Order: sequence, then C-alpha cells, then structure tokens
Amino acid sequence: MGSAFPVPESPAALAAALARTGYLADDGLATAGYLAIRLGRPVFLEGDAGVGKTSFATALAEATGATPIRLQCYEGLSAAQALYDWDFPRQLLHLQAVRAAGRDADPTALEAELYDRRFLLARPLLAALTTSPCVLLVDEVDRADDEFEAYLLEVLADAAVTVPELGRIVAEHPPVTVLTSNRTREVHDALKRRCLYHWLDHPDTEREIAIVRSRLPGVSARLAEQVAAATARMRALDLLKPPGVAEAIDWAAALDTLGATELTSELAAATLGAVLKYREDTERVRAAAVLDPSPGTEP
Amino acid sequence: MSAAGRGDADGTAVLVGFARAARAAGVPAETQRTQAMLAAADALGPADPAALYWAGRLTLCAEPDDLPRYDAAFASYFGGTPAGRSGRPRAGRPRRPSVGFGADDAPTGTEPTGTLTVRVGASAAETLRHRDVAALTDTERAEVRRLIALLAPATAPRPSRRYRPAPLGELDPAGTVREMLRAGGEPLRLARRTHRVRSRRLVLLIDVSGSMAPYADALLRFAHAAVRRRPTRTEVFTVGTRLTRITRALRARDPEVALAQAGRAIPDWRGGTRLGETLRAFLDRWGQRGTARQAVVVLASDGWERGDPALLGEQLARLSRLAYRVVWVNPHAGRAGYQPLTGGMVAALPHLDAFVAGHSLAALTELVGVIGDG
Repeated sequence: MGSAFPVPESPAALAAALARTGYLADDGLATAGYLAIRLGRPVFLEGDAGVGKTSFATALAEATGATPIRLQCYEGLSAAQALYDWDFPRQLLHLQAVRAAGRDADPTALEAELYDRRFLLARPLLAALTTSPCVLLVDEVDRADDEFEAYLLEVLADAAVTVPELGRIVAEHPPVTVLTSNRTREVHDALKRRCLYHWLDHPDTEREIAIVRSRLPGVSARLAEQVAAATARMRALDLLKPPGVAEAIDWAAALDTLGATELTSELAAATLGAVLKYREDTERVRAAAVLDPSPGTEP
Repeated sequence: MSAAGRGDADGTAVLVGFARAARAAGVPAETQRTQAMLAAADALGPADPAALYWAGRLTLCAEPDDLPRYDAAFASYFGGTPAGRSGRPRAGRPRRPSVGFGADDAPTGTEPTGTLTVRVGASAAETLRHRDVAALTDTERAEVRRLIALLAPATAPRPSRRYRPAPLGELDPAGTVREMLRAGGEPLRLARRTHRVRSRRLVLLIDVSGSMAPYADALLRFAHAAVRRRPTRTEVFTVGTRLTRITRALRARDPEVALAQAGRAIPDWRGGTRLGETLRAFLDRWGQRGTARQAVVVLASDGWERGDPALLGEQLARLSRLAYRVVWVNPHAGRAGYQPLTGGMVAALPHLDAFVAGHSLAALTELVGVIGDG
C-alpha cells in the first residue's frame, strides 16, 4: 500500500517546498531533511524550546504531501501505547457473536480468526510502518524511559515489527522519521548514531521577521520587525526562559489582535505575558528597558 | 558506492582523514558515523564546502558540546568554516591536553610498593573510616579508595507511571480480557496490576576548584560508585569556573580509567570558584529542562565563592524549586568548630534540605544514607 516518499531534488528545493508551507528552514535543517529522505536516516533535532523542532516535522509532511504521524513520548510510555495493541473488547464481541450464531467452529480456526489484522489496533509506530508516504514524529524522546529507546531503535533500524500472533510486519517504504529532544536526559548514543544530529538554533533577526510574516500574513512589516528585534534583545538578556520563535509569533499575534501596527511601550507591557513566562524574567526585561521602541521611532 | 563516490577515491580518503581529525578533536566520529558522513556527502553531490560542512556536522556530532569542536576541526582541516555557521557560539573553551589527576596521581615514585604494607584490620579500618581524606598516607588512601568503590549510593524508589502484574492491586482490564480470551470468554481469573517502582534521578555537582583539591579525588570516586550503581539515573557534573558533564567519562567500569577520562574532560581543574555562574549554567542547560526536576541533587563544595554570593543564593532558590531534595556536602563541615560563615554558604543555607560533611569515609557513608532517604 502507498507509494515511496517523494525525494526532493536538492536541499534548496526542499527548503523552497518548506517555505511554501510557511516554514523557513536554514541550510543545515534543509540539508538534514534532504538527507533523511535520501538516506532513510532519522533526523534527531535538539534545541531550546520554541525553536521549531516539532513544527519542522509537520511542515516536512505538508511540503512533501506525506501523512504526519506523531508519537508523543512521556515517562511510562509502553509498547502497547506506542506500537500496537489488540482490541480486546472487539475480540470478546466476536467470540460472543460466534457463540450466538451457534456456529460449531473449529477452536484453532476460531483462535486464528481472533488474531486477525482487523483486531489489531495500530498505535503510532505501527501506523507509521504501514502508511506511506509518511513522516513519523517521535516528539520529546528524552521524556520516555530508557527501556523504550531500545525498542524504538529496533523498530527504526529494521523498519519492521514482530507481532507474536501475526508474524512480522515490514514497512514497504520506511517512514521519514524526525525525533526531537529537549535534553532532559542524555539519549543513548546507539540511538543517536543511527540519526542525523542537528542542533536547532534561534534564527537571526532577519529570518525571524520572515518567519513571523509568513506565519501571520496580516501583521504589518513594521510590527514584525519590532517584535523580532525586541525578542532578539530579550534573548541577549540572560533570562530563565529566553523567548523562542514560537513566543515571538504568539506575541506578534497578540499585538495584532489588539489592532497594533507598531510596538509601543504600553502595548508591549500589556502583552508581555505572551513572550515571558517567569516573573523574574518580566522584571529583568522591564529593568533593562528593552521594550522601548528602537531609536528613531516616532513617539 | 555510487558514481560520485567511485569517481574519486581520493575524496573518500580526504573525508576519512577529516573524520579522524574530528575524532582527535573530541567529536564522537567513530566508524559508523564516518560511514554515514560518506553516504551523506555522496547524496549531497559534488564538493561544495557548505554541503560538506553539513554532511559532516549532521552525521559526526552527537550533542551541542560537539559543535564548537567540530567547527574547529573543520576549520583546521579544510582551512575555514563556511561563514556564520558556528552552532553555539561559546567563548573559546580552553582545552588542555591532559590534566593530571590530583596530587597523588603525580609521579611520586616514592610509594613503598609492597614493602610497607599496613595490614588494615577491623579496628584500623574503623579508625580509617573517620580520618579526613585530605590527611592520609598513600597506603591508607588506597584502602579508602577501595572502600569508596564499594559504596553504592542510590536514591529511594518511587512509584512510576508504568504498571506491572501483581497478585494484589487494582484491576487490570487488558490483562483480565486476555485471560478471558484464553478461557474462551469466561472470566475465570481477574488480573491485577500495580505501579512499578523506579528510583529518582541523582545529580552530583562536584566542585573541583583549588580549595577543594584534597577532597575532589574521593568525591569523584564516590560519583563513580553512584554512576556504576545506576548508570542511566545518575548525572555527574564538575563545577568550578565552568560546568563540565563527566557522566560519560565515569561510566567506565574501572575507577582508575574513569577518573583519568574525567580528568581529561575537566578544563578548570584546581581553578577558582564561581559557583553561582556555573550553577546557573547547569540550570539553564540541564536542570530546568528536566535533569534536576524531581531529582536528588548533591552539591559538593566548600562554598568559597569568588563570585557574587547573591547570585548563588538566587540560583540555589531556583534549584530547590526544581529538585526533590538539595544536599550540600562540605568537607570542611567535618572539622571541629566549623561554622558556615563563608559568603557562599550563608547564601546557600536557606535553600538546602540537608547539609553534610563528606570529608571521611564515614561521612561519605552517611551521605549514602542521606541520598537514599525518602
């Protein structure tokens, strides 16, 4: 079922396709995405919160017309939740139905019937192996237990899963995989070795302006510039949680909702909650007076 | 290998040479990663410095700390990095080739090997337990080292989100249905489950500044024992003038190998102390993201802060909000008449859950107890 993943011509072509979906990738990220498709290696993305790790996977799926499948990791994630599970209630119903019909079935045949593909619930990993083309996003892999990593590694390496009752399910076209990590713990080197490692940095101001404008086409150029510049100044301030691109977009959206076309100190003070999430940070930013419109602005 | 690769075997040799240079610079470029780089370079086509840069960076690096090393290796091998590509600008990290490990590892040559063996009996061991590790003879130190390696510091277990089958506990619907299927649909036995237990993360921050030098060896050995006990649930960092993660180095089985590796990784060995700043670096880069969350954090330092004590207090307040418990180990606290009067200690005390000594084997054993508490 399905077809192979459409391979873009070059990293630049992929970057252009991503840009059409509103995601502006730099050279490194575009190259990582291109190599992931060409070489069939997962991309391992690390970077500060809000730099666009998760949205890269979504954008990659959209740009290539592939199905996005997401596996959110958390502590205690088990194979039954990530890979597959049997639909027990439906199996029982089936048994009852057989009994009600009074069918005198051969027990072996009946058991085989119970472990049919239609009773198998595909969780994200299995779904990704059986859907193509597809982009599998394994989000925040560092939050899962380390036992899970070994499992993930096995599935990714073989692009196959063995279900004891059914046999081996092999992906016809392995999914393009994006893993993200916030570095809450060190992910095992064996997993990283299988991947293309990319550290995603905050974009420079120009790229950030472009990102804000492409995400929020209604925002005035002036406002986008001021928001990007103020965010960049905040990042230089050594805050507990420096604002990411996501916060810059939120902030611009908040200002836009209020009908602003440019950033004033009052508006900035009123909407600061969209960018800064710690009281200490808010105080530090107020004290450093980075919110005042840049010199040369009309009062 | 494809046409491009076959077309220039020299190109391959150049790339393999570069991988070796990168490995020498500290990038984890082993064989598998080198092969990945060759495949990536091949997929990206004819040599363009930028493509080559990314082919190597995406395949050879494994963590943000590798990026400056990679950039340096790339620049020195190919003569220049594609402009403006430095991953994480970090002010030049001084890399010293090989740092000796503690005074006792210096080639003394005077060690009376074999001739003056002191038989450490029960009572001698008991005395040794309470001796300050800063004032031991070589033989005594060897014995203390051996005993430290036997300590197995570990945090107390706590319930995890995962379940395991259990004879008593809440009903396990999936398990019960599985049993029913086996019995042809009859509920013969109710399956039960209970939460698994797992240990909290243990984070050790060890001060390796000059004033802590007599104790750093014992504390690092203690850290090694902790890593050996729970390799995936323990993180070790050294603090001083900069933050260095040495968990990976300490995973080696042999304490001597582990400590030698750690010693090579620590750039600020016997330097000054800027605890506030390094603690902030730890919290920004690791702690806040999760390493310190709900963990038992042990900070071993004498609190001789050369930076601003107010910053240290601020960062410890942050740490105490993230961590499950914050334990301060101060070797000087073991001395009679010790008063926590240094600026750093005064700023730190309000935010600590426990304050222990850690200057002797007995004190380290006590620390094992403190770590294992609830």
